Amino acid sequence: MRILGISAFYHDSAAALISDGEIVAAAQEERFSRKKHDARFPHHAVAYCLGAAGVPLDGLDYVVFYDKPFLKFERLLETYLAFAPQGLRSFRMAMPLWIREKLFQRKLLVEELRRHDAGFDGRSRLLFAEHHLSHAASAFFPSPFDEAAVLTMDGVGEWATTSAAMGRGNRLEIFKEIHFPHSLGLLYSAFTYYTGFKVNSGEYKLMGLAPYGEPKYAQRITDNLIDIKADGSFRLNLAYFDYCTGLTMTNGAFHRLFEGPARRPDEPLTQRHMDLAASIQAVLDEVVVRMTRSLAAETGLENLCLAGGVALNCVANGKVLRDGRFRRIWIQPAAGDAGGALGAALAAFHLFQGQPRRPQAAGDAMKGAYLGPSFTQQEIETRLRAAGARFLVLDHCALLQACVKALVEGQAVGWFQGRMEFGPRALGARSILGDARSPTMQSLLNLKVKYRESFRPFAPSVLREDARDWFELDADSPYMLLVADVASGRRRPAAPDEARLFGLDRLRIQRSEIPAVTHVDYSARIQTVDRETNPLFHALLSAFRQRTGCPVMVNTSFNVRGEPIVCTPEDAFRCFMGTEIEALAIGNCFLEKQQQEGSLKRGYAARFEPD
Amino acid sequence: MSFLLELWAFLRIRKKFWLLPIIVVLVLFGGLLLLAQTSVAPFVYTLF
Repeated sequence: MRILGISAFYHDSAAALISDGEIVAAAQEERFSRKKHDARFPHHAVAYCLGAAGVPLDGLDYVVFYDKPFLKFERLLETYLAFAPQGLRSFRMAMPLWIREKLFQRKLLVEELRRHDAGFDGRSRLLFAEHHLSHAASAFFPSPFDEAAVLTMDGVGEWATTSAAMGRGNRLEIFKEIHFPHSLGLLYSAFTYYTGFKVNSGEYKLMGLAPYGEPKYAQRITDNLIDIKADGSFRLNLAYFDYCTGLTMTNGAFHRLFEGPARRPDEPLTQRHMDLAASIQAVLDEVVVRMTRSLAAETGLENLCLAGGVALNCVANGKVLRDGRFRRIWIQPAAGDAGGALGAALAAFHLFQGQPRRPQAAGDAMKGAYLGPSFTQQEIETRLRAAGARFLVLDHCALLQACVKALVEGQAVGWFQGRMEFGPRALGARSILGDARSPTMQSLLNLKVKYRESFRPFAPSVLREDARDWFELDADSPYMLLVADVASGRRRPAAPDEARLFGLDRLRIQRSEIPAVTHVDYSARIQTVDRETNPLFHALLSAFRQRTGCPVMVNTSFNVRGEPIVCTPEDAFRCFMGTEIEALAIGNCFLEKQQQEGSLKRGYAARFEPD
Repeated sequence: MSFLLELWAFLRIRKKFWLLPIIVVLVLFGGLLLLAQTSVAPFVYTLF
């Protein structure tokens, strides 16, 4: 049985295809359309998934949408009614869109799908799964667990913003929900907006900013904005938020509470913004830990699965892991709405059709999240030649040695190998790599390669077998979704004059043997790399360790600020030529910047709207 | 027609018949707003 899952029309459109329960392909539309968070129907991703599975659309048994539009419309109407006459302006914005298309989503979906197969029968083959059920299915069914508690948290789906479920075999039941407008995701997004970052993409920046501050406002948040119960359930005080009726996240009462208006994106970041970031992170950690504690007590289960946009907050995930109430935690790598496409397909297969789960061989069923397009060596060479690239074709060993040499010399290296990752993190298939030991690597990558804010940290990839020597982490983190501290033996104590620094000045301190990936609070967002899942990346890390004694590398996504991660060799070559990446490995092709035609160097970062 | 049947089934399953007159009025009102040719672009976060 073949099922295609689709997420679309809000943000991060994606498609995923499963065959008899096996995940065959999954990709986000933004990677093909080159428009970040593309919300349009994922035509390119659908075409890719069908191609990867080798089936036409009429060869599928079902197509499943990740969300139920009528339920969402019900929420919209009831919200407007509850707040009327406030919200008229928002209503005027939303209603035409709904009446034009969103209310008729079945028809819209059928029309879009008929571009792939003119005879597609929407009545019998198009299904809908609830938003949080899709998230929960994406968290549980691909996990390595036969039974687990499942927690999903995001901004909002139809009504649910948080849901707790139990998964066992091929069954998955949601037993508790928190409904809109009470939302942990929207609370965090309100602070994202207030501190001057873009909602739905700046949450990562807020999380990265938090360690520079002190949680001075945490008490004010819990006293005024959110009422947290002992079991982690919560209610927001809507007097401080504008999102139910207005066009922004926060209102005047919120601004008075925190003594100032929202920061404009072009205004400088101050210590106050860092303290606000630290405060909301502390509150989020508290809520999530309380929720998982009560879930552990209620279900008596040892395993926990997480999904939903809030599950991308790897700092909170790390706190849950260290809290120890669950023995093992698995987080869906595409925890945001893109992963809903996969979850919808899995929900249809196991829950709607009652099909059994496949026994998990080892690890999980996500194939390392390498579910996107790949290119043969011949395709790569043809495409690079057509783009005007000059390259050497090296054998496996020579390629690894050339990359290690470039890394040791302090260069940023583009690494494009195999199938593209599904989800927001680059995991060694579409990555930019750097030497984690270099004290200048963080600023080089931020300012000259990624063109992004100087405070933003970089994440390490580490050989799985060496992870415990370098980080205080007692679990695998294959998807870079857990934060843990750098091992104390690898840290470097701050000198007295360094200890007096605060805010962004702390960036100058060399905090450990691997300063490029050690955040100001000694934390790191870790990817553990194992031989079975990504043998080539494992071999590169091993070669780097052999040369330097260090099995850790900086691994950041292959893109610049505001650009979707590269998908094709041409995308990679353009990014390489437009930035200060010095070397690029695509398949067995090795490119050095100094060998390239100078006229192909182009201003690049300005093409993309800052995120 | 299939849309109306589906909407009816939705209201029946959700036991929310009281929404029906509101939907009719709002859809009519919203239809008028369509003429204004507004869009959802100004939302900071597309909740709807």
